[in-house]
Amino acid sequence: MKINVTGLQAWFGEHQVVKGIDLAIPSRQITAIIGPSGCGKSTFLRCLNRMHELVPGARSKGRVLLDDTDIYASDVDPVLVRRWVGMVFQKANPFPSMSIRDNVLAGLKLTHRYDRTDAPAVVERSLRQAALWDEVKDKLGEPGTSLSGGQQQRLCIARALAVNPDIILLDEPCSALDPIATARIEELLLELRRDYTLVIVTHNMGQAQRVAERTAFFLQGELVELDDTATLFSHPRDQRTADYLAGRFG
Amino acid sequence: MSEAAADAALPATRRGTRSRAPSGRAARWHERLIELGLAGAGFTSILVTIGIAGVLIYESAGFFREVSLAEFFGETEWTPLFADNRHFGVWALVSATLTTTALAMLVAVPLGLLAAIYLSEYAAPRTRKIVKPALELLAGVPTIVFGYFALTVVTPTLQPWVPGLSGGNMLAAGLVMGFMIVPMIASLSEDAIYAVPQSLREASSGLGGGKLETIRRVVVPSAWSGIAAAMTLAVSRAIGETMIVAIAAGSQSNFSFDPREPGQTMTGYIVDISKGETPTGSLEYQTIFAVGLLLFVMTLVMNVISHRLSRRLRAQTRA
Amino acid sequence: MRHPIDLTANRSGLLAERAFVWVCRLGALVPLAVLAWLLARVTADGIGRVSLSFITDPPSQLDAAAAGLGPALLGTLWLIGLTAIIALPIGVSAAIYLEEYDRRSKLSAIVELAISNLAGVPSIVYGMLGLGLFVRALALGESVIAGALTLALLVMPIVITASREALRTVKDSLREAALGLGATRWQTTRQVVLPMALPGILTGAILAISRAIGETAPLVVVGAVAFIMYGPDGVDAPYTALPMQIFQWTSNPKREFLTNAAAGILVLMATLLVLNGFAIWLRNRTQARRT
Repeated sequence: MKINVTGLQAWFGEHQVVKGIDLAIPSRQITAIIGPSGCGKSTFLRCLNRMHELVPGARSKGRVLLDDTDIYASDVDPVLVRRWVGMVFQKANPFPSMSIRDNVLAGLKLTHRYDRTDAPAVVERSLRQAALWDEVKDKLGEPGTSLSGGQQQRLCIARALAVNPDIILLDEPCSALDPIATARIEELLLELRRDYTLVIVTHNMGQAQRVAERTAFFLQGELVELDDTATLFSHPRDQRTADYLAGRFG
Repeated sequence: MSEAAADAALPATRRGTRSRAPSGRAARWHERLIELGLAGAGFTSILVTIGIAGVLIYESAGFFREVSLAEFFGETEWTPLFADNRHFGVWALVSATLTTTALAMLVAVPLGLLAAIYLSEYAAPRTRKIVKPALELLAGVPTIVFGYFALTVVTPTLQPWVPGLSGGNMLAAGLVMGFMIVPMIASLSEDAIYAVPQSLREASSGLGGGKLETIRRVVVPSAWSGIAAAMTLAVSRAIGETMIVAIAAGSQSNFSFDPREPGQTMTGYIVDISKGETPTGSLEYQTIFAVGLLLFVMTLVMNVISHRLSRRLRAQTRA
Repeated sequence: MRHPIDLTANRSGLLAERAFVWVCRLGALVPLAVLAWLLARVTADGIGRVSLSFITDPPSQLDAAAAGLGPALLGTLWLIGLTAIIALPIGVSAAIYLEEYDRRSKLSAIVELAISNLAGVPSIVYGMLGLGLFVRALALGESVIAGALTLALLVMPIVITASREALRTVKDSLREAALGLGATRWQTTRQVVLPMALPGILTGAILAISRAIGETAPLVVVGAVAFIMYGPDGVDAPYTALPMQIFQWTSNPKREFLTNAAAGILVLMATLLVLNGFAIWLRNRTQARRT
């Protein structure tokens, strides 16, 4: 499923953080969004599954087409959007009151799509897709929080995959993890792009180069440049992009 | 140089400071004494705890020398004031306590929990500012007022609807007790729900869960230890409640779980017998303490469980 | 090829969600409705009986119309006065000790445990402590001082907890400033911390008094009399109190006495309202002054 963003703006109260962005995200690829802190990349991401507006006082408007459906149309129920667009957060947040197995199934239970006979198959499939199955298959009944940081994040990915979204948004998913755990997740993302469209926000430029086909550079709420990753990093067209990549500001 | 002259030699802002502070060793003794005094004040709470346990055990010991534990816990008739055919089966009192407590929890738990969810998840800040203090007001009403209400208003209101409801009955007392306890459950549960981290709610929304599902499957289960702590504390409160049952539940002690009947709870009995003239040291006098000891132990157990549960909540939310 | 997705479908459970909000609202509204009902009924029952003579007359076993609250109010005044004199100094001192001196020692941990246990003990058990210890063992008899001592122990956890909260609101930097100037711990507490914590401590005191005024059960056990024609004339005198008198009236089989009970309740609630209103005013005033 591809995403087509036109004229997206977002505010926190009176303060505008996303100032009109047009961006096309191709299907079954990884698109990375990079930029300095506060440039609006996380806010932009949260607009793609209509989670931005859950914050009191927050507003967003524009057009975001998932294939041909505008998720900002007036009669759209935002909760339904999130069945197609999954999200993985910066800090792993498995549900502490649930076991590993129940965590994976949580999305289905929350959306009334839980089928008891299918459940074990769903659990195994999702955990395999998240490259976690071998490590937890013997302890599915243990609490979700008993795993290490990297494993918890993969559990959250499995949880997101279990509801079968077409798109997965990742908001700096490795920023709280050590390099080894990060590498495992990056490997995982490269596998996942065969079946899903992935958008990843990252402040780690190496990560963008390692996993993403396309990269967008945001600055102060605007899209400055969008290109194939290799091209963006080697021959940026905009001076601001070049300055950021060279580390002249962070 | 005299004190006054030394003082006068100081700049104006520091005059009079020399004489005020006690000097050297006297000052240290002074401080130590004060510290000991304050520590002593703190120590009184330990003394009170020991005192309560001590008085109850000492007087009950006298009772249990006369009445066997088997009779106390085995029989179901409680007639200590009868001249002959005296029975000391505490179950008659405990059954009334359990019945009124159960009725109270039946009212207080659903209302309290729902109110807590409303206040923390749905209510607008302005509504919250009115509703929360209003519930606190409910908690501040003296229990004797609730007793009056149960006797003169609730019982007559229920009588046409509940066949066989006697003038003093456990139903009215239990229900009113429940309303009295709602603020306690609401407030403590609200704290527990508030402590659930926002990231869990976000995770649930991100998976496509609506608000009801998020509350039902994520928020409340995560807050469960705190909610259970609140309920346990409420049970303790209901067990120890006196005036509502003393006024509205009648003073016949029967072994019965039928809410339409009158019942004398452990607390109701203690009040009833204290009202009359019981000579010190008599067996009747000692029954106060025997029943009191049982009451104390029951509430203590509930309080300890509640404390452990809320500690588990705190550990969980920190993790 | 995927079909165009439908984001406008009514998802299952939407109706349930709307109903749920209303059910939750009920959880808050039903108890408040019962409270309103209670207040309305008590007022309707009792307001006719409230008068100056009602407040000052002695009670009567036979004639409800002539019975009054005089001795009961005097008894309550004596009780509360003595309770405050006993509970406040000890309670505030204990709070000062826990907050200013021994913040993390073994003794404080045990004291804190004791206090939190005591807060959960039913009030009637305090009555039994009073009966066994003050009335009998210390031979104070069924006197107003025995009652006051009992109530003082009962409200002490409230005083301690509220005072500790109040002390905690004073910033550590102020304490450090005073200590840095060479003041001793007690001087710092007395001259810097206490004045700042005073409003909170006073609020705690008022809370404790409010609690003590409404308590009936411990007083019954500790020997407050149900019928007495005059107020206490000394700390060793017999006494009755406002809630005791109300209780006595509700136990009387004659209907007219129930009216008296309602009127007594109105006086009790009015007193509590004034007290708590004063506490709130005090808190607002001192907060405003500080900001």
